[in-house]
Amino acid sequence: MKNRSLISIDDFTKEEYFSVLDAAEQFERKPVQNILDGKVVATLFFEPSTRTRLSFESAVNYLGGKVIGFSDASSSSVKKGESLKDTILTVCNYSDLIVLRHPREGSARYASEVGTVPIVNAGDGANQHPTQCLLDLYSIRKTQGKLDNLDIAFVGDLKYGRTVHSLVIAMTNFNCRFHLVSPPELKLPSSVKMHIKEKNLEYYQYTDLSEVIPMADIIYMTRIQKERFSDPIDYEKVKNAYILNRSLLGNTKPNMKILHPLPRVNEINEDVDDLPQAYYFQQALNGLYVRQAILKIILGL
Amino acid sequence: MEQDKKPVKEFVVSAIENGTVIDHIPAQSVFQVIHILNLDKYGNQILFGTNLDSNKYGKKGIIKVTNKYFKPVEINKIALVAPTATLIIIKDFRVIEKKKVEIPDTIETFVQCVNPNCITNHEDVPTKFKVLDKVDSRLKCTYCEKITEKKNMTFR
Ligand SMILES: [Zn+2]
Repeated sequence: MKNRSLISIDDFTKEEYFSVLDAAEQFERKPVQNILDGKVVATLFFEPSTRTRLSFESAVNYLGGKVIGFSDASSSSVKKGESLKDTILTVCNYSDLIVLRHPREGSARYASEVGTVPIVNAGDGANQHPTQCLLDLYSIRKTQGKLDNLDIAFVGDLKYGRTVHSLVIAMTNFNCRFHLVSPPELKLPSSVKMHIKEKNLEYYQYTDLSEVIPMADIIYMTRIQKERFSDPIDYEKVKNAYILNRSLLGNTKPNMKILHPLPRVNEINEDVDDLPQAYYFQQALNGLYVRQAILKIILGL
Repeated sequence: MEQDKKPVKEFVVSAIENGTVIDHIPAQSVFQVIHILNLDKYGNQILFGTNLDSNKYGKKGIIKVTNKYFKPVEINKIALVAPTATLIIIKDFRVIEKKKVEIPDTIETFVQCVNPNCITNHEDVPTKFKVLDKVDSRLKCTYCEKITEKKNMTFR
C-alpha cells in the first residue's frame, strides 16, 4: 500500500483492511509517535467537513507532522476558477500526501491520476469515504472481537447514506447477516443489495426498528433528512419511527453496540449516551487511530 | 408473402462500389448509429433502411456508407449502440471483409457519464469506463463509479 492512494474501499483486499486495522490498534495503545517528523500533509477541503478535517489534522499532529491546506473552497484560489488539476499539481510541490474532500463524485480518483503524491479520499460527493468505512470496521472488530458471523442492523436512511453503502459492501467480505430497517422510501438501493446477493449472504428488510434490537450485534444508526422526501407528509409519518431511546434497549444482546457516523440530530436520544451499548463517541475517536494507521502505511513509515 | 418482401431484399443487396455496410443493426438503433458516427454531416452517398425483416434478429436496420472505412474508435461506438452489428467492407463491388463489431473492455473519451455530479461533467477530464456488460452496454465510470446504461447513454 506504500505510495498508493486510498480512493475507494474496493481498491483494497481483505488482507489490506486487516493491515490497516492492526496498525490502528498499535496507535490506540500509543497515539503519540514522532514518525511524521519532517513530513507535510495537505488537507484540501473544497467543502467544509469539520469533523473529518480535525480528525486527520489531529492524526498528523500527534505523529509530529505538519499540516497545510484550506477548510473551505471559498477561501482558496479555487474560488478564482482554478481547475482541480492545477490545485493538485501545485499542492503536490509542497506536501508528501494530500487529504482531499470535494463535492464532485470522482474528484479523488482524478486527483490521484494527475497528482505526484498519494491522495487520501476524505469524501467525494456521495461516492466514497473510505476512512469512515475503515473506522467503522475497526469499531466493529474491536467491540465484537471479530468481523464475521455477525448480525448487523442498519437503521434510517439506507438509500442515500454513503457510509451505509460502503460499510454494507465491505461487510460482504465477511459472513454477516444484514438487517435493513428503513421507511419504504429509503430502502437500500438494489445496486448495493446486489453485493450481498453475489456473496450469497442473508439480508432482511424491516420497517419496524424494535423488531431487530434483540437480535443485533451492531446497530448502525443514520439520520433521516427531511429533504429526502418529495412529500413532507411522508416525512412527518416516519420521522419519529427511527429514533433509539433507552426504553427500547431493555432487551439486547450483551455484546451489542450502537454506532453512528455523527453528527447526530435526534435519531439517538441523549438518554442512550450513558448506556454501555452507546459506542458512537468512541467510534469517532477510533477514526483518529485509523487515520494515523493510513498515513503511516501509505507513507511507508 | 415472398412477393411483398422482394423490394426490401433488393434494397438490402443493392450494391455500393466502395465503402462499408453496417448490417444487423437493431431496428430502433439505426438513427442513433447515424448520429454518433456524424453521418448526418457526411457528404457522400448514404443508404439506410430500418424495420427490415431479419431471420436472426426480428427487425433490423442497415446502413451503407460509400467511400468510408471506419476507424477503431468509430467501430467501438457502433458496438456500444448496436452490439449485434456486422461490418462489411466493400471494394470494387466485392466483399473484402465481414466482421462482427465487438465492445472493448474499456471505453474512453466519447461517452458522457450519466451522473450530473461526476467530475468529468465539471472539469476538463476525459471520461473512462469499465464495460460491465457487453450485451446490454452497461458502463461503470472509473471516476464517480456510477453506471451508465445504454438507454441513457449520450456521446461527447
Ligand atoms: Zn462519472
